[in-house]
Amino acid sequence: MAEGIKDKVAIIGMGCTKFGERWDMGSEDLIVEAFKECIEDAGIDRKEIQAAWYGSCFDEVNVGKAATPLSLALKLPFLPVTRVENFCATGSEALRGAAYAVASGAYDICLALGCEKLKDTGYGGLPEMANLMGTKNRLIMPGMTAPGGFAMMATRYFAKYGIDPDEGKKILARVSQKSHANGVKNPKAHLRSEVTEEQILKAPMIAWPLGLFDCCGVSDGAAAAIVCSADVAKSFRPDPVYVKALQIAISSGEEMMYTKWDGTYIETATRCGARAYEEAGIKNPREEISLMEVHDCFSITELVTYEDLQISPRGKAADDVRDGFFELDGKIPCQPDGGLKCFGHPIGASGLRMMYEVYKQIQGKAGDRQIKDPKVGLTHNMGGFPAMNLISVCIAGL
Amino acid sequence: MVGITSYGAYIPRYRMDRSIVYKAMGWLNPATFMRGEKAVANFDEDSVTMGVAAGIDCLTGIDRDEIDAIYFATTTSPYKERQVAEIIATAFDLRSDIRTADFGASLKAGTTALLSARDAVKSGSLKNVILCASDCRVGKPGSAQEELFGDAAASVIFGDSGVVATLEDSCSVSYDFIDHWKGDGQKFDRQWEDRFIRDVGYKKFIIESISGVLKKCGLETKDVAKVAYPCLYAGDHKGIGRNLGLDPAQVQDPMIDKVGYTGTSNPLLLLVAALEDAKPGDNIIITSFGNGSEALLFKVTDEIENIRGNRRGVKKHLAAKRELKSYNKAVSFRDTLPIEKGIRGEIMAPTALSELWRSRKQVLGLCGSKCKSCGTPQFPSQRICVNPDCLAMDQMEDYRFSDKKGTLFTYTADSLAYSINPPALYGFNNFEGGGRYWFDLTDADLESVKVDMPVEMSFRRKYVDEEKGIHGYFWKMVPIID
Repeated sequence: MAEGIKDKVAIIGMGCTKFGERWDMGSEDLIVEAFKECIEDAGIDRKEIQAAWYGSCFDEVNVGKAATPLSLALKLPFLPVTRVENFCATGSEALRGAAYAVASGAYDICLALGCEKLKDTGYGGLPEMANLMGTKNRLIMPGMTAPGGFAMMATRYFAKYGIDPDEGKKILARVSQKSHANGVKNPKAHLRSEVTEEQILKAPMIAWPLGLFDCCGVSDGAAAAIVCSADVAKSFRPDPVYVKALQIAISSGEEMMYTKWDGTYIETATRCGARAYEEAGIKNPREEISLMEVHDCFSITELVTYEDLQISPRGKAADDVRDGFFELDGKIPCQPDGGLKCFGHPIGASGLRMMYEVYKQIQGKAGDRQIKDPKVGLTHNMGGFPAMNLISVCIAGL
Repeated sequence: MVGITSYGAYIPRYRMDRSIVYKAMGWLNPATFMRGEKAVANFDEDSVTMGVAAGIDCLTGIDRDEIDAIYFATTTSPYKERQVAEIIATAFDLRSDIRTADFGASLKAGTTALLSARDAVKSGSLKNVILCASDCRVGKPGSAQEELFGDAAASVIFGDSGVVATLEDSCSVSYDFIDHWKGDGQKFDRQWEDRFIRDVGYKKFIIESISGVLKKCGLETKDVAKVAYPCLYAGDHKGIGRNLGLDPAQVQDPMIDKVGYTGTSNPLLLLVAALEDAKPGDNIIITSFGNGSEALLFKVTDEIENIRGNRRGVKKHLAAKRELKSYNKAVSFRDTLPIEKGIRGEIMAPTALSELWRSRKQVLGLCGSKCKSCGTPQFPSQRICVNPDCLAMDQMEDYRFSDKKGTLFTYTADSLAYSINPPALYGFNNFEGGGRYWFDLTDADLESVKVDMPVEMSFRRKYVDEEKGIHGYFWKMVPIID
């Protein structure tokens, strides 16, 4: 009988580049930058790495496919390297691959590294989807973008709960405003400025009802982790962070083609969260989780995720937002590093960047944004659209 | 007895007051001034999509499996080689053992196609021919044609049972008269002097064909309820009626001030308009003009009462209008003004024609599948049922979504996505009877759409790959007009 991943794997080193518009840095540079910090943090010799997982999503507009970009950039000595891709949850997939490899006993020490170079397209937002979704979708999918895909959830959420869009936008503004306040405290964040509610509400519309400040940064960056078997972790460092749960859930087509889903939540996140809590042995997430890094690609995503992950009751996340429940000094600080909103969102790196913050917070090394005495952190990493997506939920802690 | 068994029309929702055109371009040629408004195809419409829309109107209440031929008439086909009738047949989800043909190259192609349908049905080789005539002609900025041309389509089914108007006889006159022409690769018409076109062309050929058909039928002008004929200028249009001895009440409104001159579809559009008001026993003449002229005389039967009012035709489409107030938008829609698309807008994904082939019923016909086990309709077609409580494998039958209404489950207006008419509207359609999918939403603006509002599907141009010469078509949601 399978017993899950809990306490079988430990993270003993992590690295993360500054995220942002790194005009002077290519993917190779970002990979090396993240790797350098990671290996120094782990305090191991690079020769001790036995296998690696490389996550990158939009390699059509970057360094190309396969695992070779990582192996070549790091001069890995003919190691087994696997490239993974799962939309915006790619970084979490790299961590999952490395963690499962260690847990299986196949390797002692593995590297997970995610990298994305998004700012070489020449235009804002993520790369155009028309030629990235396959030959059939090209013929039948609407001409859509990521903000539009998520905006449709906001439209439906407002309609279901009878929230006037102007009022709804104020709730969403508070979500973004909180992440901006946190981002200011993070030297590696892409966007580091406080914003007022007025600025957010008056910003240009991107995809109604979502405006500019409802959308996360589109950034270049890389993040990395070294994992090893939990039972030897303390031989490398006194404060390893243990993996408690690694779950993913993928859409079945039900949300998109069947009329049961009501469009105001993420089905996969709901299921994935429940599975992760079970794997980690968490009974009451609202009481047991110390901090969260959720996939706030858009403010509405963060809002419904509070509900999907059972922190707020359905339709009531706005109350917690108004109460400051998710702010840095709240009950469960969410996005203490600024989140995708302000740390930025280099697709392949984001899942590992989330875990980087959990890791640093649990070790008490989060600087100005340190939370008092955290024990269990959760990362929630999402790829795709509300109607067709995949969700990764990872839980790590002492 | 052969004749029209069903009719339908399509007039795009956008109308433009000609004063907007004149204000923009009248400085160039003050004599182009014309009154009224014209119908303007949306950015995602062309002669193909309008032809489909008119045909769907015409197919109201008709068993599509009874159709054994489709003819399409236009002078503005997006393809020099790829038969549009096939695209439309697939959009209608017609049988594959049917005859198809495109008629073009002259503005009289619409009536020529109708006469071909008549001959085929009369000879017994075909039973029910659907004809779609559609034109989306682009006038050069500053030209009189720019003000005159309107975009519209009309459709009729020609058959031998349930005939609402018998085709009594016709008269064709044919001349290599070059009033206007368009060379290979040219986007715009060129035309000769107006006075020449009027005096040698319209005034002679139209009178010749109409007089001809009256003579063949042994009728006089007083025996005809309505006579429809085109003419470039309002004054000269009246003059032709006088020369024919017609009372003004006998002249079918050419709708130049409401729709514009719609080229190939004009005689059929006027036929539909005439049938909407006709009484059993009425004689109606329609006339085309182009390299000569063709006049067709119809006699309305008692059957007219059976289909009147249950389709949109001309009247409902005329009433469902939205004003397009920007000249710049109109010329951008027709790619007359090369706009900045941005790098995102310039990205053109390749069209896999083998994919289009195997998915043609889904892409062009909006056919999905319906689970025989649990009855769930689903789009696109699935092998395994999407109902999580069913999951039956390979228990599917074809299911047509194109004629199903639905409600707008949710939507957005996206300013980041590339659109010629930003912001791009799209959302989810929850189809009546089951099934959900995401589609673009067109002929709408953010202010007028609401969650759960009723929508229907409309065949539209999805993209144009200019380099490869591919016009991609799919279905979009539109708000229901009635």
